[in-house]
Amino acid sequence: MHITRGFTGRPRVDDPGLPPGQYDAGDDWPVLSAEVTPDLAPADWTFRVDGLVAEPRTWDWEEAHRLPPSAYEGAIHCVTSWSKFGVRFAGVSLDAFLDVVRPHGSATHAVAYSHTGYTTNLPLADLTGGRAWIAWEYDGRPLAPEHGGPARLLVPHLYFWKSAKWIAGLRILDHDEPGFWERNGYHERGNPWEEQRYSGD
Amino acid sequence: MTETFVPPTRFAVPGRIAVSEQAASVWQTATLTEIRRETPRASTYRFAVPGWPGHVPGQHLMVRLTAEDGYTAQRHYSIASAPDASGHVELTLDHVEGGEVSGWFHTVARVGDRVEVRGPVSGFFAWPGDRPALLIGAGSGVVPLMSMVRHHRARNLAVPLRMLVSARSPEELIYARELGAETTPVFTRRAPEGVPVGRMAAAHVAPLLAEQPPGGWEAYVCGSNSFAEHASRLLVTAGQPVDRIRIERFG
Ligand SMILES: Cc1cc2nc3c(=O)[nH]c(=O)nc-3n(C[C@H](O)[C@H](O)[C@H](O)COP(=O)(O)OP(=O)(O)OC[C@H]3O[C@@H](n4cnc5c(N)ncnc54)[C@H](O)[C@@H]3O)c2cc1C
Repeated sequence: MHITRGFTGRPRVDDPGLPPGQYDAGDDWPVLSAEVTPDLAPADWTFRVDGLVAEPRTWDWEEAHRLPPSAYEGAIHCVTSWSKFGVRFAGVSLDAFLDVVRPHGSATHAVAYSHTGYTTNLPLADLTGGRAWIAWEYDGRPLAPEHGGPARLLVPHLYFWKSAKWIAGLRILDHDEPGFWERNGYHERGNPWEEQRYSGD
Repeated sequence: MTETFVPPTRFAVPGRIAVSEQAASVWQTATLTEIRRETPRASTYRFAVPGWPGHVPGQHLMVRLTAEDGYTAQRHYSIASAPDASGHVELTLDHVEGGEVSGWFHTVARVGDRVEVRGPVSGFFAWPGDRPALLIGAGSGVVPLMSMVRHHRARNLAVPLRMLVSARSPEELIYARELGAETTPVFTRRAPEGVPVGRMAAAHVAPLLAEQPPGGWEAYVCGSNSFAEHASRLLVTAGQPVDRIRIERFG
């Protein structure tokens, strides 16, 4: 590590809620996506889970909304170094979808893909046990299109590029398959507490 | 089972350019060799990077600054220079109000200083010079696009290239002296005599889409998020296919 002459950085607050290298973006919610924000109406939204499962299944907007509601309130962390606290998302726990399709015992990973074709990979263990959601509400209102509305994946304990916007489906696999940013130099898992930003971190 | 994932749309092309794991994960020391003022708020920083693996126009790198107590700040910066064999890369930084990293560059940095860099990272917003390119940027969003323009010139490429760039005023137009016939500037607050003032609009985009080169344009949009949303919508409305629009949002 090389000390930069004259660089002191901003006065640091020792905030135990803030992962290393992150700052609190406050009310800001920057948008970082590589594609055009799609024009996707709830009526056209579907969510499919297939691959290594007993019963592949596709839900439409209404069907997904009949699953038991579940909410997340807490922090989110973007690899570009902002974090946001006290965010409130509502939707359905991913467990509710997985309970229906029943992944095989050999399943270890998933590729999440969006209606735009964006992809990201996740270990199945990061998607189960009440740690991941399909979210369609933010702060009591429908999720805005530029933030992934009508519905996005939400995996708040990992960097936010894992929380695929405009979520279209999950393919359940018995191996890891890098997604869009992972093939572009980002870390396979993306745990903010370990600063897993780029491959090799 | 190795089921091959079939993406739902053609957008899902991975990066156009394979990113070297090695380059993306190793920090190297870069030495500042030159600082050039571009506008009252933007300067270009030229670095010697002995182990630089090379880049493709449009790619960016990471810069890391380290304080004496070990605190580090890292930020993404697009590469402004065209790929060449000089062992140097150039970045152009806007001075962000209260900015930690851009503030250091604009107020402390001088020739001879060393910082750490890593990359290039992301092969998505990259243009090797193969397809007709329509470049649309605002503010410092012109930086990766300029790398493409410079590459086009340095290699004397015949493939069509056009650029639309938005700036508040002529004084704030980065690289103004270097822009040529391929570029149409749009001024949002103050313009030279006879040039209208206003936001980038359908009227700027339509003529470019009307003169489609064979095979169509590959569009590259870069700037703030609100600009990226606005410009990408103009493109879609004018008929540019969504899977041929690449966006780099500076946040
Ligand atoms: C792919 C990519 C390419 C980019 N390329 C370029 C480029 O070519 N040129 C360029 O100029 N920029 C570029 N950027 C933007 C760049 O990465 C930085 O975001 C920018 O330079 C600001 O960084 P900074 O450290 O100066 O400001 P920061 O310190 O990050 O501040 C940014 C804003 O957040 C606020 N803020 C940040 N931290 C805190 C805190 N702890 N407390 C309070 N407020 C805070 C600041 O007040 C300010 O408004 C690019 C971004 C991306 C994602």
